[in-house]
Amino acid sequence: MRNVYVLGTGMIKFGRYPEKTVPELGGAAVLLALKDAGVTIKDVEMFACGNLYQSNAMVGQRILQQIGQTGIPVINVSNACATGSTAFREAYMSIAAGMYDIAMAVGVEQMGKQGLLGGTGGGDPAYSTEGKVGSSLMPAVFGQAGVEHMRKYGTKMEHFAKISVKSHKHATKNPYSQYRNEVSLEDVMNARMVGYPNTLYMCCPTGDGAAAAILVSEDKLKQLAGGRKRAKVAASILTSDPWTDRDLTLPDVNTLTQRASKLAYETAGLGPKDIALTELHDCFATAELLHYENLGLCGEGEAGAFIDSGGGVHPDLGGKAPVNVSGGLLSKGHPLGATGVANICEVVWHITQDDRAKERLVPNAKAGQAHVIGLGSACTIHILTV
Amino acid sequence: MAEQAQATDTGPRPIVPWLKLAPKPHLEGIKCACGAIYLDPKRVACSKCGEAGKFSPITLSDKGKVYVFSVVHQSFPGVKTPYVTAIVDLPEGISVRANLVDVDFAQAQKEPNKVFNMPVELVTSVTAKDREGHDVVAFSYRPSKN
Repeated sequence: MRNVYVLGTGMIKFGRYPEKTVPELGGAAVLLALKDAGVTIKDVEMFACGNLYQSNAMVGQRILQQIGQTGIPVINVSNACATGSTAFREAYMSIAAGMYDIAMAVGVEQMGKQGLLGGTGGGDPAYSTEGKVGSSLMPAVFGQAGVEHMRKYGTKMEHFAKISVKSHKHATKNPYSQYRNEVSLEDVMNARMVGYPNTLYMCCPTGDGAAAAILVSEDKLKQLAGGRKRAKVAASILTSDPWTDRDLTLPDVNTLTQRASKLAYETAGLGPKDIALTELHDCFATAELLHYENLGLCGEGEAGAFIDSGGGVHPDLGGKAPVNVSGGLLSKGHPLGATGVANICEVVWHITQDDRAKERLVPNAKAGQAHVIGLGSACTIHILTV
Repeated sequence: MAEQAQATDTGPRPIVPWLKLAPKPHLEGIKCACGAIYLDPKRVACSKCGEAGKFSPITLSDKGKVYVFSVVHQSFPGVKTPYVTAIVDLPEGISVRANLVDVDFAQAQKEPNKVFNMPVELVTSVTAKDREGHDVVAFSYRPSKN
């Protein structure tokens, strides 16, 4: 396999764009990435487009109709919340395998005000099991996953709430984040309960967004980088659910990530101590706490103590092993298809000391990781290094 | 919906095919030769060992213990909230997703430790009528009375 580098990145501010179309949002991010890379669409040899809710509608091709139809192969990717990161991986693989030298990945989603996901809403109400035979709604599923940690390790609701406080504080430094307001522990604990133990501020908002990356082979990098620091894709991992005893009832958000994490560290030849920052899939505060352990940022059962002792907090705020310095999905919002590429952009910006992360730069970051899980199931982890 | 109809054309219908209403309400699963148990009777093969066609029916106990829970305060329009959703472990080695009834949700949120491992028993109730006027019967678990 050949080495692959990220030559350019682009992201639009996450938010609400009711007046725009999905191809317009994706196209805007692509143009930013092309400009950042110093190439044009005519240089791009392959395009992977991640989008979930319009996945039957050739979103990748429609983006090219906006910005330049050059006849290149287009792959439209759908992989739940890991949609964007899976598209990035497709572009990565096409170069690593030696098929192309310049590939492009975009993640784009327009969620509008769509809220509760999962469950069995709609259809014949007589046969809808939602709320009658348990719940498959995401707040309930990730609520139960958090409650399992409470049961096993004595974790308190306050631990989950502290994560929300931390990530909201981080978001104040990120102009790409949909929400940039601080919340206090009291605000989080007293907010409206959505799915115990997650209150409103412990659930990610939806929103619209797009992010893009231009990937290149080592040879192309030498031709095009012009001495600028670029990030290397040191690991690109994708896993699906392994079989577990609770498969039928409790989607396995732990084993899925643990396996991906082990493979990612092995592939990159790095360990958790080498990772300067982590952007992980905090669809709910409970999920973030579980992933501290799943990604090896702390030991099993220690995630509560980790957050209590400043784990996950930006070093400028006196913390260590920073997680979601972008503000995370809890503040940025979670446009499903865009999330994975956006997480990668954030990590790239820190390790290349890009101006776009200036206000929140993690000092001396040489390696970072971007993690996403999609229930259904998929987990991607990308480790990026300089 | 046809496969969810049971016994008679006019009687009550179970909300899911693994709920059997006769001779008394109980859950019925399928067990693979490797030991894995599933609820959905239409499964084509075992996702643990990969074997197809090695399933036999298994009657599941009407008693179990609460593994974890959440309290749903926000749901789709028409779904009454709050309710306690839980995962209940059965002695046969399978876990089941269901609602808990006769459990105070506020108390559960305050003292979750009192809910973990709580012995519970299966109960059924009519939850709706389908388009043809049949009662639709759902199952849930309540704290064990004996």
